[in-house]
Amino acid sequence: MKIRAQIGKVLNLDKCIGCHTCSVTCKNVWTSREGMEYAWFNNVETKPGVGYPKEWENQEVWNGGWVRKKNGRIVPKMGGKLRILAKIFANPDMPQIDDYYEPFTFDYEHLHNAPESQTPPTARPRSLISGERMDKVKWGPNWEEILGGEFSKRSKDVNFEALEKDIYGQFENTFMMYLPRLCEHCLNPSCVAACPSGAIYKREEDGIVLIDQDKCRGWRMCVSACPYKKIYYNWRSGKSEKCIFCYPRIEAGQPTVCSETCVGRIRYLGVLMYDADRIEEAAAAEDPQDLYQAQLDIFLDPFDPAVIRQALKDGVPQAWIDAAQRSPVYRMAMDWKVAFPLHPEYRTLPMVWYVPPLSPIQSAAEAGKLGSEGLIPDISQLRIPLRYLANMLTAGDEAPVKLGLERMLAMRVYMRARHVDNRRELRALEQVGLTETDVEDMYQTMAIANYEDRFVIPTTHREYAEEAFDLRGECGFSFGDGCSGGSGKLDLFSHEVRVGPSAGGRSDRVGAPR
Amino acid sequence: MGDWFHILVFGYYPYFAATVFLAGSLIRFDREQYTWRSGSSQLLRRRQLIMGSVLFHVGILMLFLGHLVGLLTPKEIYHAVGLSSGAKQMLAIIAGGVFGIVCFIGLTMLLHRRIADPRIRRTSSVMDIAILAILWLQLVLGMATIPFSWAHREGGEVMVALSLWAQKIVTFQADAADYVADVHWVYQLHIFLGVTIFLIFPFSRLVHIWSAPVGYLGRRGYQVVRTREGRRPA
Repeated sequence: MKIRAQIGKVLNLDKCIGCHTCSVTCKNVWTSREGMEYAWFNNVETKPGVGYPKEWENQEVWNGGWVRKKNGRIVPKMGGKLRILAKIFANPDMPQIDDYYEPFTFDYEHLHNAPESQTPPTARPRSLISGERMDKVKWGPNWEEILGGEFSKRSKDVNFEALEKDIYGQFENTFMMYLPRLCEHCLNPSCVAACPSGAIYKREEDGIVLIDQDKCRGWRMCVSACPYKKIYYNWRSGKSEKCIFCYPRIEAGQPTVCSETCVGRIRYLGVLMYDADRIEEAAAAEDPQDLYQAQLDIFLDPFDPAVIRQALKDGVPQAWIDAAQRSPVYRMAMDWKVAFPLHPEYRTLPMVWYVPPLSPIQSAAEAGKLGSEGLIPDISQLRIPLRYLANMLTAGDEAPVKLGLERMLAMRVYMRARHVDNRRELRALEQVGLTETDVEDMYQTMAIANYEDRFVIPTTHREYAEEAFDLRGECGFSFGDGCSGGSGKLDLFSHEVRVGPSAGGRSDRVGAPR
Repeated sequence: MGDWFHILVFGYYPYFAATVFLAGSLIRFDREQYTWRSGSSQLLRRRQLIMGSVLFHVGILMLFLGHLVGLLTPKEIYHAVGLSSGAKQMLAIIAGGVFGIVCFIGLTMLLHRRIADPRIRRTSSVMDIAILAILWLQLVLGMATIPFSWAHREGGEVMVALSLWAQKIVTFQADAADYVADVHWVYQLHIFLGVTIFLIFPFSRLVHIWSAPVGYLGRRGYQVVRTREGRRPA
């Protein structure tokens, strides 16, 4: 047994209102740079839909994630090392920027400078890549917002598998939910596996997956290998970039920007301890529907004395074990089993988990009676088909998702009975195997969701690892040569010849930091 | 004056270029890692790249290997294995011709794409365009030598002279320039441009050649985990 700890994350989709605050704050902090305009380390999709980039979930198209071979070993779906290297000159599995969207701005200046005319002046779109006029913006990071677009296109969503999807195109049966997505910081990341340069790595101390910007050579294999399409090639720098889980904040014990700014309080961060020796075994489970349980099986109980002893031996600081014991992520994933991994069938063992959303109960609403006497409504009557959620969260296995949803409903029933009728409704709890203490804790964590209950993040113990005195006066991340910024006029190596704005609309980028 | 200039170009210039090539690469690798990359533009446009890039890379890698082995192998060695100078020259003409055509098709597609596609054009640096144009010119010059080599295919004297020049250069012998004094100017221009490519190498995206990731095949397993000290854990 080799114990490692990671900061895991849970997103409670039942409370996501799709406001995109997470995406916007993330964008402002990390990707508001030339070459990364199209990249959203965090984006929010409306499901059902093909998403961003288009059809990212369809691995028949993009060949992301892992596959299990007949001999029980797993290899990247793109192929083994030789086949990956064979794709290095031109990668057939890589999306083009139009699959995300062509970044654009508007000719705002025209609104100020336009001569007098019969009609009001308009600000027309202009490409941020070529600087040319775009006749029409054809796609964007959230083009399908609130079920935008035709059902025939949206229904290419692979989560409709094994569903009679045509009936969900009818107005009365239509359903929707939001899915905020970021890098999963997987236990078995396929981006790392596919990087020929060895530039992508998982940090041992907190599990964050990063791309070494100095070592990346731009071979682009990670873009294809990541089944969540959460690695973005920066067309200006020629390097790939990804969500860094706001590691400077995490190290300091603060939540990621997307979590901090989530107005719906749907995001949770907490420590999970796992057995690193069993990662490959778990990822190679034969039946894809077993992968969810296999991943649960390698998470370790932070109260088990044997686990604590081994963790300390393997270099996990005591503060991290303490945090693991208070981890909201562990409670939701392991104790209450209301959180699930996103697409476990990709075999990457993702570490950003999701609480599935409840939805209106159709027939009950039609009959005009929603409240029931302590009984949990029938999950199959939810507007969002159970199978759709299961396809997304448990490789199609409905039972665990059903139990999770029932537990959330039971919590509502119990709390409603207590607050409205002032009685203890225990039948509902018995039905789903929860105790009163459990449900009080669930209510505190998931419904009230106080800041300190959502984010239990121990600081990184740098003092054990580094001589902090050597770091004084450092300039942190820069795009140039150390602290110099590399912005000298005579620039032999870095080649950044700025294409001047020949027309309006690009002037906002002049003088942008490099 | 003619002699002086000839010796400057074919006797001294290669050393100047080699010094800049090696020192420049080292300095850039040491100081400017962030700029060290292949510079792929596939994200912006797949069209013409998939075919163009594969043909170009396969062609140019074979041409490079052919030049390396062909120029630097002493003639005594291939004579010893029963390959005459004439036969070796014929081999060079055929292999060079075939891969030259492969590379030419690919490179022409890439150059056309880089200049004609507005996205690629606007995101290219001067050097991105220049290096493709120089390689294209060099390839055309190289292919233009084939008729001259064909003209004296019997003895293979030209190839012998050229390879002696290269061998004298890499073994630091002062009379290297003499060996290419009498070859046709097409060869001379091809050599000059070839040496020049080494000169500009560190200032272009060509540096990605140094980082060809063959070490990937030797990686233990698939995963990379770093400890705080930057080591891989045991």
